[in-house]
Amino acid sequence: MAKGNVIFDVDRCKGCGLCVVACPKKIIALDETKSNIKGYNPAYIIKMHACIACGNCAIMCPDSVIKVEKIGEDVDEKSIDERK
Amino acid sequence: MKGNEAICEAAIRAGCRFFFGYPITPQNEIPEYMSKELPKVGGVFLQAESEVAAINMVYGASGAGGRVMTSSSSPGMSLKQEGISYIAGAELPCVIVNMMRGGPGLGSIQPSQADYFQATRGGGNGDYRHIVYAPASIQEMVDLTVEAFDKADIYRIPVLILGDGMLGQMMEAVTFKEIKKQDLPAKDWITDGTKEKREPNIINSLYLEPELLYAHNLKLEKKYNAIVDKEVRFEAVDLEEADVVCVAYGTTSRIVKNAIETLKKENIKVGLIRPITLWPFPEKAFDQINTNVKGILTVEMSMGQMIDDVKIASNGRWKTSFYGKSGGLVPTPAGVIDSIKKILGEEI
Amino acid sequence: MMGSVVYAKTKALTDVEFHYCPGCTHGVIHKILGEVLVELDILGNAIGVIPVGCSALAYKYLNCDIHQAAHGRAPAVATGVKRVRPDNVVFTYQGDGDLASIGTAEIIHAAHRGEKITTIFVNNAIYGMTGGQMAPTTLVGQKSTTSPEGRNESVCGKPLKVSEMIATIDGARFVERVSVHSPAEIRKAKRAITKAFQYQLEGKGFSIVEILSTCPTNWGMKPVDALNWVKESLIPYFPLGNFRDDINGGVRK
Repeated sequence: MAKGNVIFDVDRCKGCGLCVVACPKKIIALDETKSNIKGYNPAYIIKMHACIACGNCAIMCPDSVIKVEKIGEDVDEKSIDERK
Repeated sequence: MKGNEAICEAAIRAGCRFFFGYPITPQNEIPEYMSKELPKVGGVFLQAESEVAAINMVYGASGAGGRVMTSSSSPGMSLKQEGISYIAGAELPCVIVNMMRGGPGLGSIQPSQADYFQATRGGGNGDYRHIVYAPASIQEMVDLTVEAFDKADIYRIPVLILGDGMLGQMMEAVTFKEIKKQDLPAKDWITDGTKEKREPNIINSLYLEPELLYAHNLKLEKKYNAIVDKEVRFEAVDLEEADVVCVAYGTTSRIVKNAIETLKKENIKVGLIRPITLWPFPEKAFDQINTNVKGILTVEMSMGQMIDDVKIASNGRWKTSFYGKSGGLVPTPAGVIDSIKKILGEEI
Repeated sequence: MMGSVVYAKTKALTDVEFHYCPGCTHGVIHKILGEVLVELDILGNAIGVIPVGCSALAYKYLNCDIHQAAHGRAPAVATGVKRVRPDNVVFTYQGDGDLASIGTAEIIHAAHRGEKITTIFVNNAIYGMTGGQMAPTTLVGQKSTTSPEGRNESVCGKPLKVSEMIATIDGARFVERVSVHSPAEIRKAKRAITKAFQYQLEGKGFSIVEILSTCPTNWGMKPVDALNWVKESLIPYFPLGNFRDDINGGVRK
């Protein structure tokens, strides 16, 4: 099973929420504790270790905010989350 | 050669390779000639679905670097005004021919000069100008059409050839002189694909920020001032000695010349300013008129449009009056003579 | 450990941030259009013609030569461009007001002549840029600022089905309607756009992809609800699918 790393260009996010519904693993949410430079709640990954690198979030994003990488099988969970 | 066809032949010899037009009387010979002759030189003729579409095809073709022309007559020219404003705003070169007919509205198919306002004030929105040439003979139509393409490229501006139905249908002997190749500015702004080696070229007239649009308008104004400085053309006859000066262009100027010849025999001295560029209008020509002239008579095939520019150029120095006919009727030499005598009569 | 990139922003888009509303799928469509141009290796060869509408500023976002056209006139402008530059790829990008209202003559005649251009038709059933007026594609009963009680069929007819109409014109060789309301549909839309440009590259004639799009702001919905509205309300009236695919033997089912 592929594992993914998802990177958000946080200040470009408009908090539209389309990536949230596009994600088949339901691991994206809008961070209501934060505001980006535009004043929106930016999207973020709740549990990176569950990401399957399908790329749906990035495909759905109208503002090209999201980059998705596929990473190797043997990376441990802790280092994935640190890379966020 | 017939006027309408002479324009086409001149255009082709000047390197025009793209024509987009639509049928309307009295200029149908133009698209018909182009449909036959352009393909022979590897050019493209396309009958558009409307004059609106045609002028937008010109906008596209010009932006992509083509030497392009369109033509129409008065009601069709009204349709083109939106496109002309965009072309002027985007600073694109092209040649547009209007063989004027009676108006307003559908009007008539007879000749007129009733599009002077539309041509010189611009029927489209915004502050813009285009060069307007007013030929008075088939030879002049040929020479001005050839020049029009180069002026369009030099200044990145639309150039309008304003004829009337009569000039289009008239047949006169014409010489096609050898065309001198001019040094034209490089067209590095056209859309021919970035090849991913340069920034995109944008053909555009939209500037949403006021400062940017103002700056753009100032840039256009600078260009227009340069044209006013360098491109005025007119014919001046006997201005220093005249008792009355006539102002007329195109077909009407030939009628006035006829009247002037007749009046010479009665020892009445009449001068003529014949604008060849309607924009820029030859205001400076009026400085050559002797200060004792009894009046300036504007003669037009309209209800009086150029007379506004004559009044501006006269600047209160002389009385201005008007003689004209519209609806397709043509002013007569006798009518011109009567008007001139009226001016002189009033003074006595 | 190094990974491979599954998805990154396409080089067909500039760095300028889109001014579009949050969740507006113009952004998605710009993206997939750009990706197709890159994948077909025609980005450097492409010349776009953009409309009057929310995407009037698309010249800031697309990394190719662009003409900004008058409202509705893009197909005529594109015709002029393509006749001068037949070896370049020429496309128009138009909204429903631009193409289906003021521009109906121009799109029909470009298709009729079989102009070798590709039209991306963004249909969101409303006038976005000017603040939400009724469009020719607004649904019966759909409220807008010029149909405050909802579109009234007896006064202004039913919505215009552009793809169906254009498919009857012989010069239009590829006509398909797609949507971008989910990643799966986005992928299908991108395949249709790719095919449409292939028609142009092979010199086969006019191609058009109608893309159902969202306008959360003027529909008065959250972006996610707008995606659902496409599925539940627009698609039943504007069915997705291919209406013309001449090279591949007619309509694809």
